Amino acid sequence: MAKGIDPNDVKVILATDCGSTTTKAILIQMVDGIYRLTHRGEAPTTVEAPFEDVTKGVLNSITELEELSGRKLLKGDKIITPVNSDTGVDIYISTSSAGGGLQMMVGGVVKNMTGESAQRAALGAGAIVMDVLASNDGRLYHEKVRRIRQLRPDMILLSGGIDGGTVSHVVELAEILEAANPKPRLGIGYKLPVIYAGNKNARQAITERLKSKTDLTIVDNIRPTLEIENLKPSRDRIHDLFMEHVMAQAPGYKKLMTWTDAPIMPTPGAVGEIIQKIAAVENITVVGVDIGGATTDVFSVFQNQFNRTVSANLGMSYSICNVLAESGVPNVLRWVPFHTDEEDLTNRIANKMIRPTTIPQDMDDLKMEQAIAREALRLSFIQHKEFAVHLKGVQKERTISDAFDQSSSGETLVDLIELNLLVGSGGVLSHAPRRHQAARMLVDAFLPEGVTQLAVDSIFMMPQLGVLSTVHEKAALEVFNKDCLIHLGTCLAPVGPQKTGKVVLSYEIDLGDRKIEKGDLMAGEMKLIPVEFKPCNAKLTPGKNMDIGWGRNEARNTTITGGVVGILLDGRGRRPFILPENHTERIAKLLEWSTVSNEYPRVEGQV
Amino acid sequence: MSRTYTPGLKVLHHSTVKKIRQLPLKGKVHLKVGDRVEPGWVVASTNIPGNVHMVNAAIQMNVEPEAVPECLLVKLDETITKGQVIARSKGFFGLFKSQIKSTIDGTLGNVSGVTGQIILNEAPIPIEVDAYTSGIVIEVIKEEGVIIETVAAIIQGILGIGGESRGNIEILTKNPNDELTEDLINDTHAGKIIIGGSFISLRAYQKAINKKVAAVVIGGFNYSDITELLGYSLGVAITGSEDIGTSLVITEGFGKISMAHRTFSLLKEYNGHFAAINGATQIRAGVIRPEVLIPLPETIRTGIEFDEAGVATAEGSIVRVIRAPYFGRVGKVKSLPPKLVKMESETLVRIAEIEFEDGTVKTIPRANLEMILTD
Repeated sequence: MAKGIDPNDVKVILATDCGSTTTKAILIQMVDGIYRLTHRGEAPTTVEAPFEDVTKGVLNSITELEELSGRKLLKGDKIITPVNSDTGVDIYISTSSAGGGLQMMVGGVVKNMTGESAQRAALGAGAIVMDVLASNDGRLYHEKVRRIRQLRPDMILLSGGIDGGTVSHVVELAEILEAANPKPRLGIGYKLPVIYAGNKNARQAITERLKSKTDLTIVDNIRPTLEIENLKPSRDRIHDLFMEHVMAQAPGYKKLMTWTDAPIMPTPGAVGEIIQKIAAVENITVVGVDIGGATTDVFSVFQNQFNRTVSANLGMSYSICNVLAESGVPNVLRWVPFHTDEEDLTNRIANKMIRPTTIPQDMDDLKMEQAIAREALRLSFIQHKEFAVHLKGVQKERTISDAFDQSSSGETLVDLIELNLLVGSGGVLSHAPRRHQAARMLVDAFLPEGVTQLAVDSIFMMPQLGVLSTVHEKAALEVFNKDCLIHLGTCLAPVGPQKTGKVVLSYEIDLGDRKIEKGDLMAGEMKLIPVEFKPCNAKLTPGKNMDIGWGRNEARNTTITGGVVGILLDGRGRRPFILPENHTERIAKLLEWSTVSNEYPRVEGQV
Repeated sequence: MSRTYTPGLKVLHHSTVKKIRQLPLKGKVHLKVGDRVEPGWVVASTNIPGNVHMVNAAIQMNVEPEAVPECLLVKLDETITKGQVIARSKGFFGLFKSQIKSTIDGTLGNVSGVTGQIILNEAPIPIEVDAYTSGIVIEVIKEEGVIIETVAAIIQGILGIGGESRGNIEILTKNPNDELTEDLINDTHAGKIIIGGSFISLRAYQKAINKKVAAVVIGGFNYSDITELLGYSLGVAITGSEDIGTSLVITEGFGKISMAHRTFSLLKEYNGHFAAINGATQIRAGVIRPEVLIPLPETIRTGIEFDEAGVATAEGSIVRVIRAPYFGRVGKVKSLPPKLVKMESETLVRIAEIEFEDGTVKTIPRANLEMILTD
């Protein structure tokens, strides 16, 4: 914030997000006493040659804002601050995921206990976890040493052991690090930052082994007891080191850091901030996804527990071929609603990898891109469900009443039938030419169950609002509610055994103005009821042995909301969701669903 | 006149090129500023740590971890040989002693009284960095390497496979639209950089490898063939360490795409000349493009310093379309209208009107254009 300005006097805020592909700038201004997003500009990120200076992309995006808003924001290469009538801004903030983001390696004694806690701390801080080193990971010592040398992470978080527990295992990990003598990815001649967050009794031994070869810092134990996970000290230290080491080495960031009024936050960390705020303010369960060029991040809040995962190589440009490799060509092809040659599909996808900033010009290209997006989202969500679990290793006292409760340590927290809100973010979702396409991608990839509200970040500004919430929460929340979230509508998806020709849901929805939408949803069918974002009373009666959210065969009167898409009734089945294997039948089904959901323009000759 | 910034690839006839030749770790630099170098000269060298072996000595000798250091028979960093006894337990009243023999030739790296482990280091592995191109050393990076300046013709590709290589250029196709077929490759191409037009099949490429061709420069290649060639899918475009024998530089993209006329003509101009080539690619932060570098004769001392940052697409710029439906076509920017235009995909974008070589004019999203940076 410009010096001497009272937060209540802040009138104009500028925020940028330096993504791996595009730098996005938003301008927030006070309009009639409320903070509103007024303009948005973007430009290619310029971390790459020939520019090799992130600030050029930032200035280009701000220049576009100037052109669009008519407000003078720059004087040469400087942001004008504070506001002086129709020039300048009061706050400038930024997030970043360019430069490959923050790449970390973590270590713990037991892979799915302290190893997992260390992973959670690193992910929560916005890092990509390249590998988890553990005493019980099945690799031989020399294999671990070789792996550390190969990966060259930006930093290492080492944990292990509860306070007062055995020290030898965590010291052994330190000895492996010492033997590897690791070098950081950026900055030849620098020592690799290592954070130790393990058994406090091992600190002396750890220091003796790592002090001279690494830039060692010690924070409180990440798992002081089996029942407690203490992530904050590690996360805070990761943020500090991210600024001091990683950002300071990336092209142009030293300069950018001097411009901002708050520390530059890793983009995923900023999105996590805003997701947690939505869950807390609305008291709901949330799944958020941010699909980027290089990575896809999934965030969730279930049972008041926040989790974030980053699928480091599942993205829509730089790592698009990895999506293809992970999912397999048939899984991508199953979403393409026309016959296509495998070679053509793989070459098109690979060309997107090497020309990451291009956009689909023709309709077939768009459909292929959205097909692969479904797979990137699906795979990322699988990874998230496997990671967002109850603490492992906790001894639970069980009573007779727990005998029927199957929950145990290590079980996933993600329960789709409990999910209230699914929010999508990232270019392919936020910039989809039709919002209906975003809704379909979210539904097809996440397969929400029961009653689930769908939304997208209108123009992909959650990262900026996340970091803004740390310096001016009022402005962040006002813009979030008014301008950020686009309510797509609600998905109604009954769960249970599917049988062709069977009714899976009967519905009666009051759309207002004495208009009642009433009918049966058949197995394999999809319907769309267009209704704007407003509460609608609905009576939902699941088909025989089906569950729409309140248990098998349980009918309920409830309130659901529409949106820019409407209410999407999805009778295509869950657990499992299966597409026809025969190509012609599959394409016919895809076209049928596409037509009813108004996803793409009708193809000539389509029935 | 409207201008827009788009990424581009260099096709330069006569450029001053600076090459950083750097070690991955600190080491020794063998040259000084002003030295004239040839491509094969070693400019810097170092040793990287050898493989590490860990021996659980406490368990093997049946002693407590804290007793391990006093069982050692050699000092830290002392040279050891395979089979040499390096530790012996005190035993029980001098009896029942157990010992540990080294499994490698190397040095004793470390011993831990906490875990009872002994760490053995294999001998360091020497690595060298050569000059890559002829030229003059203009800067020495202390203990790390040098910067070599040369005047050269340079062509950047979009993606490469394999690392550095060198050889004389040989053009194998008549024009940039022709496919480089298997029958065009023969024994005389060993050690050469062969140039094709629009495409090379996997079979033809494998023949090039068998004939020990130094490198292939081609317009297009199938993505699935790269998977076949490497034995794994190329998930992200970070390459250079592949050990395939024959480096590959793709100038246009995946599929069958004619090599840009300017690229082909420039390579043809230097048919028979020496070139250094590097397939290493990184399409992420700190982008690295694969390249063909043709050092020019010493008589040509001055090149043009190419200011990429100052280059922007404007009316009249020569651009390449880099996405369907006009992928690979080269044309001239006719206009850059400021208004957003709806494409067939219903995406609203800023566009450019491009006049292709056949006189047709098409509307293309600006994001789908790439500058051909030429002199």
